[in-house]
Formats: sequence, C-alpha cells, structure tokens
Amino acid sequence: MTAKKFWSWLAVAVAAVYFIVPLAATMEFSMRMRRGTYSFDAYRSVFSDQRFAETFSYSVVMALITIVVGALLIVPTAYWVRLRMPYLRPVVEFVTLLPLVVPAIVIVFGYLRLYNSSSVLPLTNSDTGTNILLVFGFMTMSLPYMYRAVDTAMRTIDVAVLTEAAESLGASWTTILFRCIFPNVLTGVLSGAFITFAIAVGEFTMPSLLNRPAFGPYLALIGANKAYEPPALAMIAFAMTWVSIILINITTRLQKGAAGAR
Amino acid sequence: MSYLELSHVQKSFGPVKVVHDFNMSIEEGEFVSFLGPSGCGKTTVLRMIAGFETPTGGTITIGGVNQNGLKPNKRNIGMVFQAYALFPNMTVAQNVAFGLKVAGASKAEIDARVKEMLDLIHLGHLEDRYPYQMSGGQQQRVALARALANKPKVLLLDEPLSALDAKIRVSLREEIRAIQRKLGITTIFVTHDQEEALSISDRIVVMNAGIADQIGTPSDIYNRPATRFVAGFVGTLNILEAKVENRDAGTVRLGSRSVSIPPSQLNGSGDGAAITVALRPEALSLSKSPSSDVTLDGRVTSVNFLGSVIRTRMDVDGQQVSFDMFNNPGLQPPQIGEMATAHFKASDVLVIPN
Repeated sequence: MTAKKFWSWLAVAVAAVYFIVPLAATMEFSMRMRRGTYSFDAYRSVFSDQRFAETFSYSVVMALITIVVGALLIVPTAYWVRLRMPYLRPVVEFVTLLPLVVPAIVIVFGYLRLYNSSSVLPLTNSDTGTNILLVFGFMTMSLPYMYRAVDTAMRTIDVAVLTEAAESLGASWTTILFRCIFPNVLTGVLSGAFITFAIAVGEFTMPSLLNRPAFGPYLALIGANKAYEPPALAMIAFAMTWVSIILINITTRLQKGAAGAR
Repeated sequence: MSYLELSHVQKSFGPVKVVHDFNMSIEEGEFVSFLGPSGCGKTTVLRMIAGFETPTGGTITIGGVNQNGLKPNKRNIGMVFQAYALFPNMTVAQNVAFGLKVAGASKAEIDARVKEMLDLIHLGHLEDRYPYQMSGGQQQRVALARALANKPKVLLLDEPLSALDAKIRVSLREEIRAIQRKLGITTIFVTHDQEEALSISDRIVVMNAGIADQIGTPSDIYNRPATRFVAGFVGTLNILEAKVENRDAGTVRLGSRSVSIPPSQLNGSGDGAAITVALRPEALSLSKSPSSDVTLDGRVTSVNFLGSVIRTRMDVDGQQVSFDMFNNPGLQPPQIGEMATAHFKASDVLVIPN
C-alpha cells in the first residue's frame, strides 16, 4: 500500500469512526432498557405509545401535503423563471436561500403576528387554519432544497426547446407543464420531496410554537422525560432519513440513463 | 394569392432590427430554403411563422388566414428543431402520438397514424425505444415524423441537420426531400449550409443582415447571383476588379486581356468605369476547349488537393484566381511557382452589382 493510499484510508477510517461511534453508542444505549441484557424493549415501548402513532402520522400527512403543494408552487416557478424570466433568477435564488439564514423561530413568530386571531386573515383561529400555516412554514423551510433540486433537474433538459416543440404540436400550457416538463424533472422533485419529508417530520420549532401535535415536539417531550426511548426514537428518525437518502439515490439512478442522453 | 405570404415582415429586439421588410410568397407544396450566415435573421423569420416571435410589423398569412396574434399551438405548423426536441420521458411512438393526443384523436386513429408515420421514416421497429437509446439521425427522423403526424399546414425545419455527422446529413436531407415530395407539404428549411440548400430546394432565399438579398431557384442563385454577398456566400468565387473598355461593344479589361461580355450585364456602367466581375473556379481550366475564348496567365501560388478535385490558385496581375481540375492520378498538377494559363468562356464572366 502506497503512502498516499494509506492516508486516504486513514481519512476514511477517521470519518467513519466520527459518524459510526455515536450511532453505535446510541443504538447500544437504546437496547439496554432491560437490565443485564440487550433488548428492543425501548422500541416496543415507543411503538406501543398511542401518541407516537398519532404524532408520527400527523407529521407524515403534513409532510406529504407540503411536498404536493411545494412541488405545485416550485416546479411552475422554476420553469417560468428559466423560460421567460431568466433575469429574475438571481432574485429568486436569493429569496429561496433566505430560509437558511432566517431561523424557524423568527419565521413562525412572523406568521403568528400576521395571521393571529385579530388579523385580517386569522388562520390561527382554527385547527385547519393552523395546519395550513404549518404547511406554509414547512414549505418555506424546505424551499432552498426543493428549488435547487428542481432547478438542477431542469438544467438537464432544454426547457425552451421542449416547450416550443410541444406548443407547435398544439399543447396548452398545462399540458406542456404536466406532460412534457414535470415528468422530466421528476428526479429533482423527488429529491426535493425526500428532503422536505425529512425536514417536516423532524421539525420541532414550528409545530411546537403553533401548538400542533407533531412528531418533533413529541420527540422533545419524550427526550425530556424518559431515558431509553429517546435514543430509540433517534434511531428511528435516523432510519427514516437514511431511507429518504436511499430513495433519492434510487430515483436519481433510475433516470440517469435518460439524463445522460440529453 | 400564394399559400404562405410574408408581407413587409419586420422584427426588432429592442433597438436592434434583425429583420427588415421581408417579403415572400410561397406556393403550396413548395420547398424553400432560407440560407445565410449566423445572425442574418433566417431563424427569426422562421420563428415568426411558427408564432414563437411576434413580428414588429407586417403580416403573415397561411391559406389566406392572417396568423398575426395567433398562438403557436393554434397554427397547426409542424416544426423540427436542430436539437431534436424529443420528449425524453416518452417512447418513439408516444412522441409521434403526442400531437394527435393533444388534438383529441381516437386511440385507433392515433395508432394508425403513428404506424403510418413510423413506416414513412423506416423506424417502425424502434417504436418502444426512448430517445436516449437512439442515434442523432434516428432521433431527428422521429422528430420529423412527430411534426408530420398532425398533418400540419406548413413544415418548418430549423437547421435540422446541423448536429449530425456529414454522411448522415446527406442521407437524411435526401430522405427529408423525398418525404416532402411524397406528402406535398409546404416546407421551409433553414440552413447555413449552401450545399444543403442548393441540393434540396425548389427555391432559396439568401439572407444577409435581416434582408432577403436574393430569392430564386438554386440554379439562379448559383449562376446568376444578384449581389456581391450572394456571389461570395454561395459557392467559391473569384472576385476580380475590371474596367469597362467599351460599353456598347461589351468589352472589359481584365488584367492584360480584353474580354467581351453581353453589354446588358454592364448595368449602365460607362466607359472607363471600374466594375467587379466574378468567375467560378470550375469555369476555368488549364486545358483549352473549343468553347473557351479567353485566357489568363499567372504564377501558381498554391495547390490544394481536395479529393476529387485539385484547387489551384494563381496570381494574375496582382489578383488571386482559383480554378479547379479533376483529380487524375495520370496527370501532374501544376507546381507552385510555375507559370500557368487558365482558359474560360467569356460568357461565364458574371458582373457583380456593387
């Protein structure tokens, strides 16, 4: 083994230890609920908790709504900016980056100030209204990732020429968008969707301050009151993130052939 | 009234005028090529016909119907793009069927038309392939089938062969022409390749800086260029400075020789006036033929082997003259530095309007 290879492998090993040791420790601790032996009691306890099912399913539904609404907002926006208003791209890119620098707590306080019960649009007056607000919040937080994923996917196809080809064949704008453009940026939409899913399911600040029964606040509550269930929940959350990453990879590979030919 | 009429069509992008007062009438079933260098406005005119650009002035009518203000998806114009523009998410059959589906055709009708179109381009066996699984030439044939599937009123081809290699270009352009003749569809073909335009067009529009410099048959354009630009752009041309000796007799002085040309070609230039004349390289020959009546003597400055022909350049009284000879392994081409005599017919001399 050459010296260069040795150092490369050493770097990989150090990185692996950095990532794996805390995970292994968390996993190990989550399995020590039963004294003197390893067991999945903590996981059993988590899964048998009614609130786990309720909060998790609530967060999943909110995440799915966020993904659908987000895709319907971002795909046409990215398409239009690329096709007709390329001069607006720097502005749109800047706006989509803002959620990275504006903390979630600031965003949610802004929402509460704008949409409280005494405002013109009192969304916080009802559960449905507050849920809508939460979806908007999740959409805002996932904007940097969703927009970039979709925009990058659009870069791999010639949006202008495909649009003109479809137009010359008699297609309307909705047909062009949903039958010619959307399927070709599906990889980007799915990548953005998985990241959005991970953000929405694990988010604490927004649902907590909007008082919604979401998975994030439940994680915090359990973490503050129990010993073995929090690491079990952390492992479950990690698993969900990994599944999302694996799905991103699979969808990217599935469309790689087509992208390569463009 | 012709089938496709462009009347005083103009286009400006901000302060830049890219098409100036373009007028043309195209008959039904005609194959017309727009030929010109990059930026001459040929694609802009095509895009105005398709509806992708709005004319700043003038009108475009197809079959007597004014197209101004009509959206591209309402014009029923087929278009083939340089970059193929096949939908990557659809198979060949789905691509061809797209326009028919949008038009609301029945499934049986779509299936029959797709089969007919794929048979026309000889790609019926590839109907389930995706664009990325096909070569550039195959993709462009599918794009052609897709554009023709809806039975468009006009077919527009925007440099469809530019992205293909030389051999495919030749075979595909012949195929395009054969299909166009078979269907009798009015076609406009945009290209910057003069050979392409000359070989497949009924008429050619040579464009320069937003103006149609000349509209004519390929033979007209090549043999009787109307402007110096057309003469220089289409084919290779020897441009020579000459002087009118006797306007009534039609004699001009070319180097040390006096050459007789039809007086009508002199366009009213008086005795002693400086004029520009042109000679195609293929009009000159090293060997004297019974019909050649003029000679030019000069020193050979370069000899280029081009495969089937050898192009020789010589200096005639300070002016460069090129001429072609067929490659014959048994004959020795002239050597650089040698004196040579080129023969030509006076009737081959073209007077180029300045």
